[in-house]
Amino acid sequence: MTSSATALPDAEALCQQLSSDIKQLIAEKELKQPLLIGIRTGGAWLAQRLQQSLELPELGILDISFYRDDFDERGLATQAKGSELPDSIEDRAIILVDDVLMSGRTIRAAMNEIFDYGRPTSIHLVSLLDIGQRQLPIQADLVGASITINPEQKIKLSGPNPLQLSIG
Amino acid sequence: MTRHSDPTQVQLTADGRLKHFLTTEGLSKDLLTEILDLADSFISTQERAVKKVPLLRGKTVVNLFFENSTRTRSTFELAAKRLSADILNLDIARSATSKGETLMDTLWNLEAMYSDMFVVRHADSGAAHFIAEQVTPGVAIINAGDGRHAHPTQAMLDMLTIRRHKGTLEGQTVAIVGDILHSRVARSQIHALHTLGAKEIRVIGPATLVPKEMEELGAKIYFDMEQGLAGVDVVIMLRLQKERMSDALLPSEGEYFKLYGLTEAKLALAKPDAIVMHPGPINRGVEIDSAVADGDQSVILNQVSYGIAVRMAVMAMAMSGQAAEQAAQKNESQETTGDDA
Repeated sequence: MTSSATALPDAEALCQQLSSDIKQLIAEKELKQPLLIGIRTGGAWLAQRLQQSLELPELGILDISFYRDDFDERGLATQAKGSELPDSIEDRAIILVDDVLMSGRTIRAAMNEIFDYGRPTSIHLVSLLDIGQRQLPIQADLVGASITINPEQKIKLSGPNPLQLSIG
Repeated sequence: MTRHSDPTQVQLTADGRLKHFLTTEGLSKDLLTEILDLADSFISTQERAVKKVPLLRGKTVVNLFFENSTRTRSTFELAAKRLSADILNLDIARSATSKGETLMDTLWNLEAMYSDMFVVRHADSGAAHFIAEQVTPGVAIINAGDGRHAHPTQAMLDMLTIRRHKGTLEGQTVAIVGDILHSRVARSQIHALHTLGAKEIRVIGPATLVPKEMEELGAKIYFDMEQGLAGVDVVIMLRLQKERMSDALLPSEGEYFKLYGLTEAKLALAKPDAIVMHPGPINRGVEIDSAVADGDQSVILNQVSYGIAVRMAVMAMAMSGQAAEQAAQKNESQETTGDDA
């Protein structure tokens, strides 16, 4: 199978759809003081767009470089920029946003880091794409689309404006 | 101590990443900037409820201080702890070497305890470099001051201080005042300032304490403090070691203060928004007046906070470089032995 054989959905359309899904999630679960937190870099772009369309007052950005579990294999990412979270996340309902959900290791690292900032009431996970290949027991509450790709292929989100998915 | 190789090369991996931190000399602008950027993000993690990050979890760091320095040792200890490493403090000045054990015997014993990093302070120039050449691959060496040669983490925390308070290192005029001759910090600062684009570096002090070779490093020499401070953006005061008086390099503390002590009147000659720095511990009334040390332009205590972040950054980067190099070598040896496994 060549890479062009996998049709990728339109990221902008998925983003719009996720926005209304999140609105519904907040209403259904009666989430108080919801806080969107995007994981650098793709998740942060997405979270920024969702924050605007949902008209939420704040946004958190998470850089999980210091929490990765592959330090001994890869060392530190050279572009570690640090996280930017509101002063307190105590008792907030966190909606964690990432671009592509795969092994689940990024999400584990992100949750560990969040708990070093404080104790949120809850965390829900939102991902633009779910490409399977899970290595940890982690599932998203909301996904834009689920697709299957070859394990050696990689999906990349470019942005922030417009958001676009590519495969390589 | 015998040097076998170029210290700049010893501290880098084949692909140019930091694996030891021995000197600022010869390191690229990109690499020094990477240290400062990473330190910036460690300043933000230290403002959280939980100050630790799990980056060096399970790693063992040994503080190997052949020369006493409570402050530097403590900031390295805190930096290691905030990276979640385990840390062992060894005050060698008072232990094994005084019983006749050689430097390398001490080191090999500690290596046998599965240490991953040594933070070395030694009175001999080149000690950290010597150890970096001998140590087992995979173990990182951080220079916490060697003789009159270098004190690179102090220099980098000073660079971070200037960048955070002035926005950039580029175009700044920086004066370093005091005992330049015996200062390992001044040498490391001059190299880093040059690389990071400072416009002008001035060294100010009495002729007995300012070596001529400073000109070769690219600094302008001033024996008159008033002239030297005119229009500078940054004033870095150095600590005056009291034993210099007994060496007959200086007349008296009072005389020194009159000529080279930083007072409000002298500081007024610098730019109005100039910042005042000092590596500490300060001698009030010897190299700096209390009114200046505690004044609005002083960033001396900020330097202490930034010192932890900078040490976290170089420890993380050196350990990261070692990890990447080890992983690359492992892959290579697997490839040469075939895919039997």
